[in-house]
Amino acid sequence: MADPKKKMSRREMFRKGALGAGIVGVGGAAALLAARTAKGGTVWQIDPEKCVQCGQCATYCVIDPSAVKCVHAYALCGYCDLCFGYFPPGFEPSESFEQPAAEAQLCPTGAIKRKWIEGPHYEYTIDEDLCIGCGKCIKGCNNFGNGSLFLQVRHNRCVNCNECSIAAACPSNAIRRVPADHPYLLKGEDHKG
Amino acid sequence: MKRFAIIVGLVAAALVSTAQAAERFALPQFKTSYVRPLTEVPPARPGVYEFVDIGALLVALAAASYLAIKMRSRRGLWWLALGSLLYFGFWRGGCVCSIGAIQNVALAVADSTYVVPLAVLAFFILPLVFTLFFGRTFCAAVCPLGAIQDLVIARPVKVPAYLEHALGLLGYVYLGAAVLFAATGSAFIICEYDPFVSFFRLVPFQRPGDTMQAINGSTNMLLVGAGFLAAGLFIARPYCRWLCPLGAVLRLLGLASKWRVTITPDECVQCRLCEDSCPFGAIRRPTRDEPHAPRLLDRRRLATLIVVVPIVLAGSGVLGGWLGPTMARMHYTVRVADRVRMEETGRVAGTDDMSEAFYATKQPRETLYADARDVEHTFVIGGWLLGAWVGLVIALKLIQLSVRRTRNDWEPDRGTCVSCGRCFEFCPVERDRLKKKPLSGKAPA
Ligand code: SF4
Ligand code: SF4
Ligand code: SF4
Ligand code: SF4
Repeated sequence: MADPKKKMSRREMFRKGALGAGIVGVGGAAALLAARTAKGGTVWQIDPEKCVQCGQCATYCVIDPSAVKCVHAYALCGYCDLCFGYFPPGFEPSESFEQPAAEAQLCPTGAIKRKWIEGPHYEYTIDEDLCIGCGKCIKGCNNFGNGSLFLQVRHNRCVNCNECSIAAACPSNAIRRVPADHPYLLKGEDHKG
Repeated sequence: MKRFAIIVGLVAAALVSTAQAAERFALPQFKTSYVRPLTEVPPARPGVYEFVDIGALLVALAAASYLAIKMRSRRGLWWLALGSLLYFGFWRGGCVCSIGAIQNVALAVADSTYVVPLAVLAFFILPLVFTLFFGRTFCAAVCPLGAIQDLVIARPVKVPAYLEHALGLLGYVYLGAAVLFAATGSAFIICEYDPFVSFFRLVPFQRPGDTMQAINGSTNMLLVGAGFLAAGLFIARPYCRWLCPLGAVLRLLGLASKWRVTITPDECVQCRLCEDSCPFGAIRRPTRDEPHAPRLLDRRRLATLIVVVPIVLAGSGVLGGWLGPTMARMHYTVRVADRVRMEETGRVAGTDDMSEAFYATKQPRETLYADARDVEHTFVIGGWLLGAWVGLVIALKLIQLSVRRTRNDWEPDRGTCVSCGRCFEFCPVERDRLKKKPLSGKAPA
């Protein structure tokens, strides 16, 4: 009986040593990393300068419809009557021009609302409940217009996945983590103030 | 929605003066009193919720440890597991989770510009600390992945020991791969291949002030998850035992834990009634009952192993290094470089979104190729390390199998036991304590 007892205590000592090492290791890791944490954390956002409007944002988000929506920087908009984000390419103005039917619109869900302001100027607003984040309008506006439309992760919808599913699929690596207290990468933002 | 939205304006005048050159269409000067609307920017989830999550984790861990070790209450653990499943699983959509947090930590260690969110760090550290003190009580009733598997266990079958030992190594391989891909900034594979998160996200949810929305998991992972749950009816907690990278870490820490669950509340009376009560095969019998080879043989086997181990390490290291460039394809830069090179050499016609995004940056191809080579180089080293890690794990397993230890009682294996508490009620000493009738006949599974 003496032999197993001795062995037990040797094992017990070994275990205690391992426990000590474990506590020191985990504690050390915690201390080192604690210095590098961000209070409030980070969220995912699209860099509009990098996005190529590939369409993945509409399909890869874990939320349905996507947490990515089209956003309008009104201050960049030309208020064009023939908006390239609103009308499909090659659209011919006709008598139905003022309030075109859904088929005559570029947006597949008719999420862009058009309102006459004055002269040849129209205001375009996005109904985010309808927008699916496909980026079709943005492509049009970027290619031929002022580029005032762009995609953003909307944080009232996004659940802030540890790895954004869209970011993993994005062909232009446009989605990155940003501080939660500055959660948007707006177009024209650096013109502010 | 509006209630939570704050409005940020772009100062139009400043904009007109500095950015006009870029506009294709002049910005209109309105004659009427029209004012441009401001871009709405709804804020992110308020930071206080981070502390709610950390608090919930702390409370759940403390409760699980108390219920498992002090109260010895299987029923309590069951309810706690259900609660954790509902909160960390269905309500929080499976994010943030302690298993995935391994990757954030690996990335933070490798990339000094990456900041770990406080909640993620807490989710990484707290289960480790609790396991060092109380054994795997995190797995018992806090982890939502463990909980969903635990709740579906119906008729667990016994898995042969050799299979259990062999499959148990997979978690360490998965851990190594996850760390490699996270540290190189390639992918978070634990998140991408989480089999249960798709279930958690099937439930439509609503946040205060928002419209109802549905979260969808990926259909493929949903099928994989369904497969795991179906198998889990008969094979208790398959993901926990053989795949979970955190489970692999906790198994090691559990070996050193200060306290842990015991089958019996007092002295083991050697009745062997608990023998088959553990669905995870974690109960070890006293060594005197075990048929075993003479010690000399064990010693000789150990000596052989000590010679073999460096060879195994080197071999798997070489293999890993050889696989490095293949694994590097997980990295964005390498994928772009491959595509651009194929277009340059005419092996594919036309461009795709990825190459177009690269051309839009107006960077020379050579820079891209050089960056990709750097990444591949990192992956060759990383592959070596991953290979050596796998070799080390295999070697340690073989050594562990050759080392004999002495046990006088029936007891749970410190690493394998997930502190679920199922075995308690099979022990007659425990039944005595609870003033329950002794069990008659063979224990049901
Ligand atoms: S996946 Fe990337 S490139 Fe595609 S639309 Fe979204 S942000 Fe833009
Ligand atoms: S983090 Fe998740 S919810 Fe948010 S945009 Fe990405 S995939 Fe969608
Ligand atoms: S082994 Fe992994 S999945 Fe299972 S309960 Fe533990 S941490 Fe969760
Ligand atoms: S508490 Fe008992 S039944 Fe549960 S895992 Fe541990 S040994 Fe097995």
